Parts: sequence; structure tokens; C-alpha cells
Amino acid sequence: MEDSLGRRILTFVLGWGVALLLFFPIFWMALTSFKTEAEAVTAQLMFTPTLDSYREVLSRADYLGFALNSVVVSVGGTVLALLLAIPAAYSMAFHPTARTRSTLLWMLSTKMLPSVGVLVPIYLLFRSAGLLDTRSGLVIIYALMNLPIVVWMLFTFYKEVPREILEAGRMDGARTGGEVWFLLLPLTLPGVASTGLLSLILCWNEAFWSLNLTSSSAAPLTAFIASFSSPEGLFFAKLSAASTMAVAPILVFGWFSQRQLVRGLTFGAVK
Amino acid sequence: MSSATQETPGAIKAPGGFLVMPSVIVLLAWMIVPLVMTVWFSFQYYNLLAPETAGFAGLDNYEFLVTDPDFWVSLRNTLVLLSSVLVITVVLGTLLAVLFDQPFPGRNIARVLAISPFFIMPTVAALIWKNLMMHPIYGVFGAVAQAFGFEPVDWFAQFPLASVIAIVSWEWLPFALLILLTAVQSLDHEQREAARMDGAGVIAQFVFITLPHLSRAIGVVVMIETIFLLTVFAEIFVTTSGGPGNATTNLAFLIYARALLQFDIGGASAGGVVAIVLANIVAFFLVRSIARRLEV
Amino acid sequence: MATLTLRGLRKSFGTTEVIKGIDLDIAEREFVVFVGPSGCGKSTLLRMIAGLEPITAGELRIDDKRVNEVGPADRGLAMVFQSYALYPHMTVRQNMGFALRLARVPKAERDRKVNEASRILQLDPYLERRPKDLSGGQRQRVAIGRAIVRDPKVFLFDEPLSNLDAALRGQMRIELSRLHEELNATMIYVTHDQIEAMTMAEKIVVLRAGEIEQVGSPLELYHHPINLFVAGFIGSPRMNMLAVKVVATNPSGTEVELASGARLIVPSSGGARVGDAVTLGIRPEALRPDPNGVLQGEVRLVEQLGGLTLLHVAAEGIDDMTVQIEGSNGTRMHQSVRLSVDTSACHLFDSSGLALAHLTRHPLLAA
Repeated sequence: MEDSLGRRILTFVLGWGVALLLFFPIFWMALTSFKTEAEAVTAQLMFTPTLDSYREVLSRADYLGFALNSVVVSVGGTVLALLLAIPAAYSMAFHPTARTRSTLLWMLSTKMLPSVGVLVPIYLLFRSAGLLDTRSGLVIIYALMNLPIVVWMLFTFYKEVPREILEAGRMDGARTGGEVWFLLLPLTLPGVASTGLLSLILCWNEAFWSLNLTSSSAAPLTAFIASFSSPEGLFFAKLSAASTMAVAPILVFGWFSQRQLVRGLTFGAVK
Repeated sequence: MSSATQETPGAIKAPGGFLVMPSVIVLLAWMIVPLVMTVWFSFQYYNLLAPETAGFAGLDNYEFLVTDPDFWVSLRNTLVLLSSVLVITVVLGTLLAVLFDQPFPGRNIARVLAISPFFIMPTVAALIWKNLMMHPIYGVFGAVAQAFGFEPVDWFAQFPLASVIAIVSWEWLPFALLILLTAVQSLDHEQREAARMDGAGVIAQFVFITLPHLSRAIGVVVMIETIFLLTVFAEIFVTTSGGPGNATTNLAFLIYARALLQFDIGGASAGGVVAIVLANIVAFFLVRSIARRLEV
Repeated sequence: MATLTLRGLRKSFGTTEVIKGIDLDIAEREFVVFVGPSGCGKSTLLRMIAGLEPITAGELRIDDKRVNEVGPADRGLAMVFQSYALYPHMTVRQNMGFALRLARVPKAERDRKVNEASRILQLDPYLERRPKDLSGGQRQRVAIGRAIVRDPKVFLFDEPLSNLDAALRGQMRIELSRLHEELNATMIYVTHDQIEAMTMAEKIVVLRAGEIEQVGSPLELYHHPINLFVAGFIGSPRMNMLAVKVVATNPSGTEVELASGARLIVPSSGGARVGDAVTLGIRPEALRPDPNGVLQGEVRLVEQLGGLTLLHVAAEGIDDMTVQIEGSNGTRMHQSVRLSVDTSACHLFDSSGLALAHLTRHPLLAA
């Protein structure tokens, strides 16, 4: 290629520079979690790694309990959202009516409804329904919270399935059931997967409803981490250890699935 | 061809709208029920600490709200936060997308590192930045500043809103990068080569070819981010709790403070109604401009 | 093997009518081609036959049974799509066997039919591959194979060759004709390419704006086009059209005067009267360089095809008249040429575009 060596070196340096810069806070958090409290407040890079902070955090809080809550409510919310969204997106993509467009846009606009705006009534409703501080309560909230985005993403994936393939299926004798089972499901599985991934990430990281609607028994990792943020104690190492434990599962999960996520995360923006 | 028009209902009878109904019904309930309750409460005296002053309040809650200087500041903060983060993430995201479209050794790993902040929960992001990065004494920034002989800056005291904007931008930049990168990669290389044959330099190629190609993706980024940025909460809750004073109080945090710290349900609900109206104004313009790009 | 009957078929999208009443009979084992420019409704018509578009009005009968309300899978048809529409997640074998699998045909018989089809189409080495690992021509053959295994009464083709390169297209044309011969099936084929129509069809249906312009054999359409549109659409290079004036009508034909003042007697007659402005259509091969020719012009461009030579001549009243000469020819650009006209291969069209009837039929069509 005619690209000069200088330009390639520049690209390399810039690319890696930006990547490392963006990743630095996460790296530093992980690094600090292996320091002692005394070392943690210094910027030094040389130290003897210790697991003391992790031991301390695990002894003070029921990490596994919080983590389990996170897993349950994230997976539950995602599955519920997908169950509601798949039929809706299918119907809108393949059997559009005059109202489809406005329905879709309306769904999106509900997502603009600020959670805080309805916090009070939801809180009161949950209190009277006995859903406060329950996993089912959070599952319901998370499913509703992500439903518009999930519907939209699935809709864009279904839209991309060539019409002719489904028509070929119909010529071959596929009814609605066969069409969904033999054609749509396998064809859009990558799309459903990346939609689910995004929903999982959003649920895992959600920190408004989880902080306001749970206190102990259903509290996920966002609440766990909030309990270590008390401003009076500057225990950086323990804070870092707790933070690392809170984000590690989703970060590792994200790294392994990022190819899938990247491929799917276009919201129909790319033709 | 004249066939395959979008409107075709299809020869096989459509399964009908009933498949859409579950989603529509729950969303409708999710929207209407709390909305009606919020509007109702906003016209009531309803303070959990003062149960004796219950009853119809008329517009008192709203009057109290609009005469509260905190309210106007929070409104301004909300919009400043939204627009700053949008500009930063879209501009940087576009530049980074072009950068990560170029081949260089280890590009895939670098990309994974660059998008990692997207997976970090806002509470943790806020904690890392507040304590490990921006802390004036123990933070990395302070240490770097001192190493170069500068006074460390107490970011959250001196530039509170800018600090929050920095954190939120760090969280959302990877998202913009992800979508814009996919869009850049979908750009037809022949188009760029044609532009180069026509004498377009790197800058001209970017302005006249890449940028127009990205407009749809940028629209999507703006829309999705707006949805989330209007209601930024955890970052403020963890770092500044709205302070110092009201410097970083946005509408979301103001309502939270009214409802759960002062137990003033009526006042909080009035704030909620305002937040909903604001969201709808933004949504109206946004959805309309995006809808034109969407091939629904 | 089936007959199709179309009676007054209409199709509207909203308030726009795209198919405006089609009457057509298709006989058993016939190879029928729907041809016409983009937007003429030929694909829509095919999709109505397939059952993919609901019929707004009229009746469609297959083997004399009304099928308007029958679903696409139950009409006994198979369709090959322009994009092939192969199932990307299935192997070639699974693609071809999908319809049989849905019909719960036992696996042994399914395999037998797929193997049979893959033998006919020479797909054996590719049966376990996925569509993305095939070339364009191979995908095309899988799409055809998918149709064959269903043993349909009628094959429908929707511009199946338009995504192939020229060489492959030529090869597939021959293969499709061979297939028609071998399978003895009724085939309906949609294309905008009149060469495909001429080479494969037994019956061509020329469509324009949702209406049938003319139905006939390729030679019928070539030698006896019913109007200007068909005359211009069928034949490559295109028929030359000249504005002329009728100066006399007599039993041997109609005498017309060209812009240059030259006169020709065309063996056609009809409603034209002396003084009428009409259009003279001359096929490129009806023109020949001839020192005594009636037409005179300047050669603007020479296309040497080896076996054929095309001259583009500017003459009075026509800027680009195409002349097709057998073999290689030494005529050069900017040269002045005189051309003679074989008037038996000329056509006259009245002011509304309708052809004046030829006095004699083309010898091959005489019967």
C-alpha cells in the first residue's frame, strides 16, 4: 500500500494510546485492589500484591448473595423482556399495519420517560403489592425498562431478513409456525443474542431502581458497591476490591461476547 | 420493481396485531399508571413527615417548585450535562471510529480495551473516578500533577459539573464508538477511492464521504444516549450528591432528594411531572428527526 | 404439468392499480416469458400466480381449478427468486430438501429426490456446503434444484439470471432450456431482458404498465409486432424509427416519403390515408450498404463485432440509424454511405402507434 511507515506508526501509537487511556481507570482499580491500604493512597506501581482487601470485603458483606441477585434479576429481566418483545417485533417487522410505525415510535418515547418522574408512584405501588426488596419486583422493572430498546433492536434485525427468503419458505410450504421455527429463529439468533447481551449489561449496571427499590434481600451488586462508597472512610484498596468484584463478571462476559455485541449493536443504523 | 412494496399485508393472512398486544399493554400500563399517579400526587399536599397536612394543594407544589432556585439550576444542569456529553461522545466517537477502522497491530485487543468502560456499572465508574482518579490528595491526577510540580486540583470542588460530565462521557464514549465504528466499516471503500481519484484529501474524504455516511448512526447514538442521559443519577449520587450546593443537581437528583430525603411526595411528583414534560419535548424533536432516518 | 388460466386479473396497492386486467392462457409444458420494462408489473403478476400477492380482482385457475384463495404452498408451484433466497443457515442438501421435510416426506425418499435433482444440476460435490461457500452460478443451480425436488406443476422464475455475469447467463439460458425439455414442465419466466425472452420462450407476453401489449411466439413478435412499443422492445439492436408521410396507397402496399424526399413502398396496408404522418420501422438487418440505395447518410460510429458489424449512421430525419451487416466490414467513421432497404422487413405504424398489417406473413409463420 502507499501508506507511509510514518502514518502507520502514528495510527499504531494513537490507537493504542487511546485504548490504554480509556482502559486506565479500570486497570488502576484492579491494581489498587491488590495493594494494602497504605499503598493504595499512593500512585506507586511497585508493590507486593496481597489479597487482604478481598478477604476483608468478603468477610464484611455477603458478596455471593449480591452477585446471585444481580445474576437472577439481570437474566430474569432480560428473558421476560425478550419473551414480550419477540412476538411484538416479529409482528411489526413482517406484518406491518398502518399503525406499526407510530406504535414503534411510541414505544421508544416511553423510554424517555424519566424513571425519577415515576419513582414515587412505583415505590408506593410496589409497597402495597409487597414487591419492595424482592427479586421479582426488580425483574418486572428491568423488563419494562428495557422493553422498548429490546423491541426496537429485534425489529431492526427482523427487518434485515430478506423478504424473499421467507417467501421461498412459504412456497416450500412453511406456515407461520414453521416459518418462525425453521427460518426466523436460526436466521435471527445472532440478533436475539446481541439484544439479550445488551439487555443483560443494562440490567447488571442499572443503579436507580436497584438502589431505591431494594434494601437487603434482593439487593444486587450495584447496592453492594454503594455500601462501600461511604465518604468518611478512604479505604481505597477495599473499595477497589469490592468494585473489581462487582464489575468483573460482566466485564469478562462482555469481553468474550464483544464480537457478538459489536456485530449486533447497530440499531439499524448501518445498512 | 413495482412488487414487494412495504405496505403489502402478505398473501397469507397476517397473525394480526395480537402479537404486539402484550408489549403494548404492559408498556401502556407502565406508562399510564405511574403517570396518572404522579400527576395526582403533584396536586396534593403529601409529606410523609407531616401527615397532618394532607389534602388538595392546587398548584402549590408547582408554585413551590418554580420559585425554588434549585429547580431552575437543576433544569439547566440537566441540559448542560446532556448536550456536553452528546457533543463529546459523538465528536470523539466519530474520530475514534475512523482511527479504529485503520489497520494497526493489535487493533482487536485495543478495541476491546477501549470499549471496556461500557461494561462498567455507573456506580463503580463514579467511585473509581472520584477516589482513584480525581481525588486531590490520593488520586492519580493529583500524583501526576505533583510529579510535574503543579498544584493538584480538587476537581469535584472546583469543577463539579465538568467532573460529572467527564465521568459520564467516559462511560458513553465506548457506546458511540461501537455504533459509529460499525457504520464506518460499512462504508463502501470504492466510494472513498472514487473521492480520492477526484482529488479529495484525508480531510475532504472525511467531511464529504464519511460524515454523511455516518449521519444515520449519529442520529441513533444521539437518540439512545439522550434516553439515558436525561436521567443520569448514580454518578451524581455517588460523587457529589448534587453539590457543592446545587452545582451538580440535575432534575433526576432533585426529585430524588425531594422524595426520599425530604419525604415531600407532592413536591417530588410536581418535579416528576416537569421531568416528564421535558423528556417529551426532547423526545418529540428527537423522535421526529430520527423517524425520518428510520426506514420503518 | 398444468394449464393456467388468467381471467381479468387485477392488482391494486392502495389506490394505485398496477395490474389492469390480464387475460391469458398458458398451455401444458409451455415455456412462457413475461417481458417488459421496469415497473410494467411483470414481477407482480408472477407473484400473484405464486400466491405471494393477493389478487384484487379476477380469477386465476390452475388445471381449471380456481386457486385465488389457495396458499402459495398448496398451488403446486415452485419459484426461483431473483436473489435466489437460499436459506443461509442450511446446507445445499437441506435447502433442496426443505419443502419435502415440511411435507413430512420420509428421509429415504427425500434423499432420493435431492440426489436426483443434484445429478441433473451437477451439484453433487456441493451438497454439504452452505450457500455462502458457493459461486453465483452454483447458488443459482441450488435455487433451481430446490424447485425441482418439489416436482411442481409449474415452475416460476423471477429474473433468475440477472445477478450472473454475461458468460454464465448465456450458459444458464441453455441449461434452463435443456431443463424444460427434460422435465416436461410448464414454466413461467419473468425478465426485462428481451434476449432471454427470445432465446428461451415458446410464448412471449409483452407487458407495459400493467397491461398485455402482445402475446406470441418470439418470431411472431419479431416479425409482426402489433405496435410501436413491442417493435421497439423486441429485437437487438433496436428497430430504427423514422417519421415519414404517406404519399400513396395501392394494392402492393403503402408508399411513403422520407425526410430526404426518397420514397419507399412498404408491403403493408391499413387505415392510413394519403397525407398521414406515420412511423416507418426498419430492422437494422434490413439496411444494406448499396451505391444505389435510397437512403444516404454519414457513418458516425462503427462497432466491429467480428461476425457482425454495426454502423451508426446519421441521415436526414434520424440521428442514429443502426445498420447491421453480416461479417466484418471496412466502412470507416465519417464516411458517407448509401443504404438500400429491404422493404419486406419494414413496418409502418399509424399516429396512435398501431402497426399497419403486413400484406404477407413471414414465411416461417405462414401456417
